[in-house]
Amino acid sequence: MSTRGPFWALSIAILRGFLRDRGAVFFAIIFPLMFLVLFGGLLANQDQSKVDLIQIGSVPLVDDLPDDARGAFDATFEVSEKDDRAAALEEVRKGDADVAIEQRGDRLIAHYTQTDAVKAAVTQGTLRAFVDGANVAATGQEPRFTFEPESVEDDSLTVIQFVTPGLLGWAVAMSAAFGAAATLQGWRQSKLLRRLQLAPVSTRTIVAARVTVTLLIALGQLAIFLGLGAAAFGLTLTGSWWMAIPLVVVGTLCFMALGLLAGALARTTEGAVNLANFLVLPMAFLSGSFFPLDAAPQWIQRLSDLLPLKHLNTGMLDVMVRGEGPSAALVPLAILAGFALVVTALAARLFRWETT
Amino acid sequence: MAAISARNLTKTYGDLVAVDGVSLEVDDGEFVGVLGPNGAGKTTLLEMLEGLRRPDGGDVEVFSEPVWPRNARLQTRIGVQLQASSFFERLTAREQIRTFASLYGVGPGPADDWLERVGLTDKADTRVEDLSGGQAQRLSIACALVHDPELVFLDEPTAALDPQARRNLWDLLSSINDSGRTVVLTTHYMDEAEVLCDRVAVMDHGRILQFDTPAALVRGLDAPARITVGPGTLTTEQAAAIPGVTETADSVDGVVLVTRDPAGVVAALAEGHHLDGVKVQTGTLEDVFLSLTGREYRA
Ligand SMILES: Nc1ncnc2c1ncn2[C@@H]1O[C@H](COP(=O)(O)OP(=O)(O)OP(=O)(O)O)[C@@H](O)[C@H]1O
Ligand SMILES: [Mg+2]
Repeated sequence: MSTRGPFWALSIAILRGFLRDRGAVFFAIIFPLMFLVLFGGLLANQDQSKVDLIQIGSVPLVDDLPDDARGAFDATFEVSEKDDRAAALEEVRKGDADVAIEQRGDRLIAHYTQTDAVKAAVTQGTLRAFVDGANVAATGQEPRFTFEPESVEDDSLTVIQFVTPGLLGWAVAMSAAFGAAATLQGWRQSKLLRRLQLAPVSTRTIVAARVTVTLLIALGQLAIFLGLGAAAFGLTLTGSWWMAIPLVVVGTLCFMALGLLAGALARTTEGAVNLANFLVLPMAFLSGSFFPLDAAPQWIQRLSDLLPLKHLNTGMLDVMVRGEGPSAALVPLAILAGFALVVTALAARLFRWETT
Repeated sequence: MAAISARNLTKTYGDLVAVDGVSLEVDDGEFVGVLGPNGAGKTTLLEMLEGLRRPDGGDVEVFSEPVWPRNARLQTRIGVQLQASSFFERLTAREQIRTFASLYGVGPGPADDWLERVGLTDKADTRVEDLSGGQAQRLSIACALVHDPELVFLDEPTAALDPQARRNLWDLLSSINDSGRTVVLTTHYMDEAEVLCDRVAVMDHGRILQFDTPAALVRGLDAPARITVGPGTLTTEQAAAIPGVTETADSVDGVVLVTRDPAGVVAALAEGHHLDGVKVQTGTLEDVFLSLTGREYRA
């Protein structure tokens, strides 16, 4: 092994320290992922799940649907077939299926349960629409009115599409701010900063190593979030998602600066971490990391415009899932960079090598 | 040539004058000890000499270069062990010293050698948080020496060490000093200062009270010698009759004779064949220390 330069030696020492700190790894990666699983996995299933439909015997009305109508039918219903009528009804009664249908002559009979009111309504409405469609078709006339559903972008975003950028923003903000605050205070408490002052390494090298490691961690978070989201929860990224990389980088710098500020203000490691927490957690709520702010009062939306995390989240949402072009990230990037500069300048003014 | 040359160093913390106008010259290759009660200002003085703390007054030159502000030319030539161990969190002993070595452009080979020299090879894969106090102290010393500095500052290097580790460190420091390095250490152990140091500075209340060789300090103390002869060899009356004896006392070890002429008294004892179980105690550095700094506790 050859001699490493001071920059790499410091970077590796810091990275090892991070990876061996179970608490830090948990809060940077596992904890936000738990939210991703919660929102993306559990909640998403709720609105995606289809109505379980049992078809008893042959039901020509359904079997003979034209291809396009059949597609629409399958989008709503998970169809299974059963010849035993009693067994089918029993399944509906027990809640294993939502509806059982049979056709007697021209009558389509649906046996459904009222336990899930929403599904019951969907079932009734949809079946009725199909019967109406069949009636119209039977007259041989062109229908006079047509219905064209057109989705507004946001409504088409599944839960996973919406929560991934926000949670990622929160995860990046949290680990960057905590990492900077805790390192600064920890090194100061342990006198390591003083020891480093005696070694032939410039302050610039120390800062560069710390920043590099935090950026690596943030890009790791990005990779894990996108990888897991795509693999397990059907996250699909839109064209210029790669603009999320510069967003994460600049966002990390911004929140490191905030963490440095907390580290410079506080006198103990715990104090610094608490202060960082105090800054980041409410900001995450107000920046739409956990739920969209569209329904929030005007003043909250206005307030959130002052928060860097809001801009990080919006930027990532735009490029990662809303399908906007790379330029959509430019304004958030500029705002985040501005925040980073101002806060760093403030932290540098308040910074002291020692606690006293 | 002077390795360290400090003039009129002063440091105050609020009302407290931690270091009060200290001037000090340390020659190249010298082994210097700083003794003083808790709070005397030893650490503060050392940190100013290292260029770690800015003096309120006075100035310091090391190898004829100013140490403040941070002087990059000096940093590779100076090695420092701080009083409080300072490590990278959650690294093993080996990773720790290799990291410090890299900061000075020293490879992993010499770094591992240093672990060996302070007897930590067995603990190479132990995280610093899990080292014992003495082991951490030895690692901290090894980290200070890993780049083979010409001038070494050690702040209470033996404070947490067991007797074996202490003796081993003495040997290590002596060999470093023998190879021409300058060593400055603080200690509370008089025997250590007496064995290791060419010169000792006794410090109290931020001032250096005396700075000389241990022998000269003891001589300067002008303390009477205490000669003990085995029980039954001599009565107190006979002892008091010997010329030069100023005081006598009985003890479990025999009769104690206090004198300022130990040579004459021992000669007289030999003449009378009274040398059974004889013990001669002259002044020690500890006597010097206590007489200079008093006996009351320090905050
Ligand atoms: N950062 C500081 N702020 C305020 N007072 C300080 C500071 N550092 C040291 N002092 C005070 O300065 C005095 C000298 O401290 P110093 O650490 O130099 O003593 P010392 O001789 O090294 O003591 P010890 O033998 O206990 O290590 C002490 O009274 C201490 O309380
Ligand atoms: Mg001290």
